[in-house]
Formats: sequence, structure tokens, C-alpha cells
Amino acid sequence: MFGRLTWDAIPFNQPIPLITSLVVLCAIGAVGAWITAKKYWPYLWNEWITSTDHKRIGIMYIVLALVMLVRGFADALMMRAQQTVAVGASQGYLPPEHYDQIFSAHGTIMIFFMAMPFIIGLTNFVVPLQLGVRDVAFPTMNNVSFWLTASGALLVNVSLFVGEFARTGWLAFPPLSEKAFSPGVGVDYYLVALQIAGVGTLLTGINFVTTILKIRAPGMSYMRMPIFCWTALASNLLIIAAFPVLTATFAMLMLDRYLGFHFFTNDGGGNSMLYMNLIWVWGHPEVYILILPAFGIYSEVAATFSGKPLFGYRSMVFATLAICVISFMVWLHHFFTMGAGADVNAVFGIASMIIAVPTGVKIFNWLFTMYGGRVRFTTPMYYLVGFMITFVIGGLTGVLLAIPPVDFIVHNSLFLVAHFHNVIIGGVVFGVMAGYTYWFPKAFGFTLDERLGKIIFWCWFIGFYLAWFPAYALGFMGGTRRLQHIADPSWQPYLDVEMVGTVIILAGIVLTIVQLLYSIKTREQRRDITGDPWDGRTLEWLTLSPPPHYNFAVLPDVHGEEAYWTRKQTAIKLDRLIDEPNYQPIEMPLNTPVGVICAFFASVCGFAVIWYIWWLAILGLIGAFAVFVWYAWRDEHEHVIPIEEVRKNARERRRIRQEHLQNLSQSI
Amino acid sequence: MRIRSAAIRAGLAASLVLLASGCSRGVLNPVGPVGSAEKMILINSTAIMLAIIIPTILATVGIAWWFRAGNRRATYRPDWEYSGAIELVIWSIPALTIMLLGGIAWIGSHDLDPAKPLPSPNKPVNVQVVSLDWKWLFIYPDQGIATVNQLVVPAGTPVNFTLTSATVWNAFFIPQMGSMIYTMPRMATHLNLQADRPGVLEGESAQFSGDGFPGMQFEVHSVPPAQFAAWTAAAHNGPVLDPKAYTELQKPSSYVKPLTYGSVSPGLFDAILMNKAPPPIAPATTPPAMHVSPKTALGPKNVR
Repeated sequence: MFGRLTWDAIPFNQPIPLITSLVVLCAIGAVGAWITAKKYWPYLWNEWITSTDHKRIGIMYIVLALVMLVRGFADALMMRAQQTVAVGASQGYLPPEHYDQIFSAHGTIMIFFMAMPFIIGLTNFVVPLQLGVRDVAFPTMNNVSFWLTASGALLVNVSLFVGEFARTGWLAFPPLSEKAFSPGVGVDYYLVALQIAGVGTLLTGINFVTTILKIRAPGMSYMRMPIFCWTALASNLLIIAAFPVLTATFAMLMLDRYLGFHFFTNDGGGNSMLYMNLIWVWGHPEVYILILPAFGIYSEVAATFSGKPLFGYRSMVFATLAICVISFMVWLHHFFTMGAGADVNAVFGIASMIIAVPTGVKIFNWLFTMYGGRVRFTTPMYYLVGFMITFVIGGLTGVLLAIPPVDFIVHNSLFLVAHFHNVIIGGVVFGVMAGYTYWFPKAFGFTLDERLGKIIFWCWFIGFYLAWFPAYALGFMGGTRRLQHIADPSWQPYLDVEMVGTVIILAGIVLTIVQLLYSIKTREQRRDITGDPWDGRTLEWLTLSPPPHYNFAVLPDVHGEEAYWTRKQTAIKLDRLIDEPNYQPIEMPLNTPVGVICAFFASVCGFAVIWYIWWLAILGLIGAFAVFVWYAWRDEHEHVIPIEEVRKNARERRRIRQEHLQNLSQSI
Repeated sequence: MRIRSAAIRAGLAASLVLLASGCSRGVLNPVGPVGSAEKMILINSTAIMLAIIIPTILATVGIAWWFRAGNRRATYRPDWEYSGAIELVIWSIPALTIMLLGGIAWIGSHDLDPAKPLPSPNKPVNVQVVSLDWKWLFIYPDQGIATVNQLVVPAGTPVNFTLTSATVWNAFFIPQMGSMIYTMPRMATHLNLQADRPGVLEGESAQFSGDGFPGMQFEVHSVPPAQFAAWTAAAHNGPVLDPKAYTELQKPSSYVKPLTYGSVSPGLFDAILMNKAPPPIAPATTPPAMHVSPKTALGPKNVR
């Protein structure tokens, strides 16, 4: 009846996961009770859960990312604590079977459920606004994408309380991840959760490529698109190209595990090298899926806060597309030590290094964007400068790893782990934090507290250097990764410094929550009335903060590369706003529960597959399919926003702008 | 202020001492030709890149600071967004650097190909390496002996390793000797290393292989050639690694104490490679193996 699922799956004898699970369940229960008491459920359901508004979906993605950041960081904290105490004679407080789950979960959660949702959330929120349109190409699919991602995140977290998570590292290399060596449910949780989330990500990719290629405001030609849209396009093209590979690879491993196939097994003609190649054919583009939109964020931040257009826009576009293409030709640098010949290694090594050229160009372009500017040191600008300093160091160590003979002595070492944390924290995390601070007022109508924002930056910046520079040194000392126990006592001082850095980052994460609550409490002091708090240059700053559901009353006419900046300058020059356009009623897509229902059935089906509860798996699959059939037969597609409402909002915006313009001309 | 700078200086000195002492067993303190060459490439490449990166970091901080909004002396050029000359330079700098480093990578990859025999007047010692759950089995086919978690090699003589795994992937790595390489089930990889002087080194697995992974360290003894001969002779008194002993050895265990086998089934390595039951200790011929491998174990390069 319940397949492999018995009471033994609950970790009654392991206090750490048991207590954590109980605390998490209590917290969820408390939040649920609070929502019920305040009668917020209808609001949540109608305005958020079933929303097809790209801005709301974007915000939900970012909320998911922040929650998963806390979970993933809790894992990081436990790992660091274990390595700090498990040196020499001591075995620490975590046995290998627990420690191995933690580092696997940390990597999986941070990449798939923290970094990806954060990037996709920002893309969702910003891209349609920057393109000057009302929504993405497929609004319902967007909602489905989000809920499927959330379903994957749910399953990974359920593994904490029911059963176990994979003990194979975040990429589950076979044959270790095959049934023969990992008979438990851990790898199944990993595979099923990522398969479900992967479908969501692929749908997102299709959605955004279509949106950027097909729906833009009148006059917004390709070479007038904001650079963030270009990077989002490149990133989503990579998603479309890479995620099917991941799905196929995991499907093969699932066939091995569930049906006794021999794709990657030791026997029956299986070949585990195949998996290594396939997973990195996805895995290397994946890091560019994350970093390219971050580059886009830095570009927007650099231009806005320097009060100048981005230097070398065309160069930036070309560099972005070059990275997009080359990133597919370098996967082999993840396993130079497999024993391929010198020619193969050298070709892939050099291909990997070539990526450093467009990346270096980008760094110089940001430098020259600041040059001749009037740099305002807001929090996002701190992240930009911090990133430029940190990322070039990460680039240096990356190029070192791309040289095969150097890789032979630091492959899989803590040097490598320090390198990718260097580029992921210094690149992606700084980027999403900059984007979060930069676009927060657009989403909620008030800015985040700047003083706390800068303290958070310093926590991340200093914490990163303390946590990861000792790891570079340990890598040179022959330190390898994923050690539950450290034999060499001379590592202790380095591990202690790493622990201090981790605690400083913890302070930064705690302060991020404090900043959010404090900013909400004192929001009246930092209200963004104009919709343009930073003196921005792109179209998202044209509309109100928060924007109405339909974003723009009339799709803006784009003249020049910096649509909104040009418009502002014209208004200042003529000392008047453009003539009031002819307002029309607006058709917007209806909200729909199809995403959340589909994800519910997907989660049920996934859970059942993990535990071999076949009847439930079939029911879940039928349910997920049925909800789409039901959706396909809907009668109403859109609702109309009456012209009165459109006109009222638009006139309010014009009135504010008019006042702002008068203040401006008086001050001049 | 003075106290603070003194503290900083003390901290710097302490960290330098730590770095120096910590690295005494690492890749920055190589004992053989492979490790030395790799360290040289590491340091040269780092120096080449630092020559660009340090000025870039300083320029970032300098430009951001000079062009801060409050600085009245800085010229504000709100429309300056393109300069062909600057574009040319900023594409050229990284491109030229990468061309130089690419050359280093090409030459280095060929010179330091792990499968390439090391030039030496001495005849190389052959060692067959098998990673097990979670320990290392070293077979000396020419001497007919085997060891677990203990590798003894003659100093100044190349060692020709042929490696495979009896379970999951591992990476065979002796940091001070240089290049690591994967051990993969049903596949053989090749590695040539040498220790120039006698000493005790540490070896490890550098690819996570399961719960017992942290206990997969092994000792490497580089000994004078005469002592190596004496050691092999004495080793023959050890126990026999027959199919029964191998079955016992194969069982998962971790932090295993070094031990030596006095004799070993001749076809053991090939049997492990073929995923077959180990042959009996009596001399037996192994059929030619069908290896799924980047290089076949019994290719022309490896006639023993």
C-alpha cells in the first residue's frame, strides 16, 4: 500500500533533523494560523497564489529564494561547524551519513532553489517592465513554472523529515548514485525534485525567450533593449538549450535506478563517464545562466548611479552573446583528470580561457561607465564595486583551473571550492542583492533602509573573504573537498578563520531580514512617490511604484537606447510632459489556479514515485494532466480593465510627474 | 593607531608563518619533476594575470572614488559612452593575455600529459592501483607483491601507475608528487610520477566516494633504491592475496592500517578491470580485455 514508506523513514533517533523538522513544522503552522486569524487566505489566493501578473510571480520567486537561502545557509553553517571541530582525533558532531547529506543538500538548494529562483524572480519582475509591455508571452505558464519550482523545493525539504536526502554530492555522480551503492531514497528525492523543478525552469526559458523576441514596446529594436534584457535573453536561451540535457540525463539515471537499465552502471555495459559528460554539458552553461543576468544587473546599476549611459553598449551585447555561445564548448574542463589525451584537454582548456576575454571586457566597460560619471554610493553601487574587486580574483583562479596541468594539482580541492564560491558569492549573490535593493522600491513603493543595506554589504564582503581565502590556501596544502573529518591538525587555524567568516555572513543574512521588517515599519519615511527613486534610465522607472497590474496605461514609444532617460531629458528641455495619449480599456489575462493545482499533483506524484507508492503516483499524474485539460476548455480568457480606471491611474502619474518637473525647473 | 598597525603587522606575520608551515606538505612544496613543473606553471600564470588584475582593482577603487558625486574637481561627462580606441584596448588586453596563457596551457598539457612516460635512465617501477571502499590497493606486478594504504617507491626512479576502481570513482592524488587522476570502474587510467628524494609523503582520494571517504588517506614512502629492493625482498614473507583474501579486503572499511601481501594472483588487476571474480593464485592466463577506457590498459604503450 505505501511502498517503501514505513515509520522508519521518520528520523526519531536522530535529534538534529527531528528537532529541525519540528521547528519548521511549528513555524509553518504558526504562519498558517496567523494568516487564518487575520483572514488573509482569500487575499493570498486571489492576489498571489493564482496570480498571472509577472511582477507578483517574480516576487514569489524571490520570497522562495530568500527562504531557501536561509535553509541552504543553515547547511553551510553546520558543515563549517563540523569541519572546525572534526580535526585530528575528534570526529565532530555529524557522522558521515549525515554530513554527506548536508553538503549534497547545500549545493542542490543553493543552485536550484536559491540562485535560480532569485535570478528568475528578478527577470520576471523586470524584463516586461523594461521592454515597456504589460506581461510575459505566456502568463499562465509563468505561474505554472513558479509552482513547479516550488514543488521541487518542497520535495527536497520533505526529505529532511521523511527519509533522507542524497549522500552523493550536488551532481549525484554514478556509479555512487546507482542503486548498488545508494540504495536509499536520498538519490530518488534528488532526482524527482529536480526533474519537477527542471520542467518549471524550461517553461520559464521558453516564456522569456518568446517575450523578449516577440513582445516589445513600439520602437524598442534589439539594439535599444536595456542590457539586462539582453543578458536575460542569453540566459534563457541557455536554459532552453541546457535544461533538456539535464532532464534526459536524470531520466537515464532514473531508468537505471527504477527499471534496472545500464546507462551508467558498472555492469551490463554501462559507462559512468557518459554521465559526467552529460551533466557538465548542462552544468557549465548553468553557471552562465546564473551569472549573465547578474552582469545585466551590474550594468543597470553602473549606468544609473554613475548618471551616464553604459559604456560600450554594443560591446557589452556582443560580449554577452559570445559568453552565451562559448559556454557550451567548455564542459570538459570539469574533468581534465579523467585521463583524456593532451590534445583534448588543451583544446577545452583554451576554450575555457577564451570566456575570460568577453568577461574581462565587461569589467573594463563598467570601469569606464563610472569614469566621467557622478557616482552615487548607494547600496547597489557598493555591491558593484565589491563585485568588480572580488570577481577578477575569481576570474584569475578560474583561468588557473582552466590550465590542465594546474588543474591536475588543484582539481576537486578546496581551491576549486573557493573559486566557485568566489564567483558565485562575489558574482551572483552580490548581483541579486544589488538587484533586490535596486528594484525593491519599484515593487513595493518604498526603498529599503540604506544604512542597514550597507552593513549587509560589508557582512557579505568581509565574510566572504574570511570564509573563502583560507580555503584557497588549504587547497594548495592538498586539501580536498567534502571531508567529514580532517586528519591534519595544521588546518585548524584556517578552519577557524573560515568559521568566523561564515558567522559574519550569517549576520548579513539575519540583517537582511531585519532590514526588510524595519523598512516595512518605517516605509512612510522612504515612500517612492515619483516611481523613479534613483533617477533611472530604463522604462521600469516610467510607471508608478508599485506599477498597476497592466504596467503601462499606453505602451511607451521608444526613442533612443535609453528609453526613459531620453523621455525625461525631452520633458526637461521642453519643460512639459508629452501630450496626454488616447487611453483605451486594457485586456489582461485572468488569474488561474492551474499552476498551484498542477504543482500539488506533481508533488504528490513525485513523493509517490520516491517511495514506490505506484497507485498514488498514477493518481498524481492523472490529476496533473486533468487540470490542464480542464484549463484548455475554459471559456473566459481575459478580463477588461475599464477605461475609467486606466485614465484615473495615468492622470495621477502625470500629475506627480508634472509636479516633479516644476520642482526641477525651479531648482535649476 | 600605533597599536592597531602593530596588531595588523603581527597578524600578517602570523599568517605568513602559517602559510609557509601549512604548505610544507602541499602542492607548493613538490618533491618530483611533475609537481615542480606544475607548480612553475601555476606561479607563472598567476604572476601574468596579477600584472593585469592588480591595476584593474586599483583602477576600480580609484575611479569609483574620484568620480564620486561629491567631488567637484572631477569632470562630469554625462553623454560619454563610447570610444573606439578604448574599446580596442579593452578587447586587446584580455585577448593577448589569454593568447599567452593559452600557449602555456597547450604546451603544459602536452608536456605534462599524465600518460606520458618520464624521461629517466632508470627503468620505471610498475604499480597497479585499485581504489576500494575505502582504501587503496597497490599491486607491484613485477615483484608479485601488494600493499594496502601504503605505497613504497624508489627515489629518483619513475613510477608508472595503471589505475582502476573496484567500486565507485576516486581520484588518486599525492599532492607533493603532482598530477592526480581518476580511478574509474572497468576503465584503466595511466599516470607517471617520480619522487626525487627519499621522504614520507601523504596520499589521498580527491573524489568523494561515499561515507568512508575521509578515511582514504595513504602513506607514500620514497626510499633509496637499495632500500626498495630490500623492502620487496622482505615483503614476500607477508600473507597471500588470493581470491579469498581479496573478497575479505573488498568489504567496505575505512581508516585501514597499512599492510603488505607477500604474493598476489597475477591476473588480479585485469580481473578487477573486467569486473570478474579474481583468479586463483596459480598462474593463469587472462583473455585479452575489452576495456571501455580512454586508453586501453594493454595498448602498445603498456607492454610489460
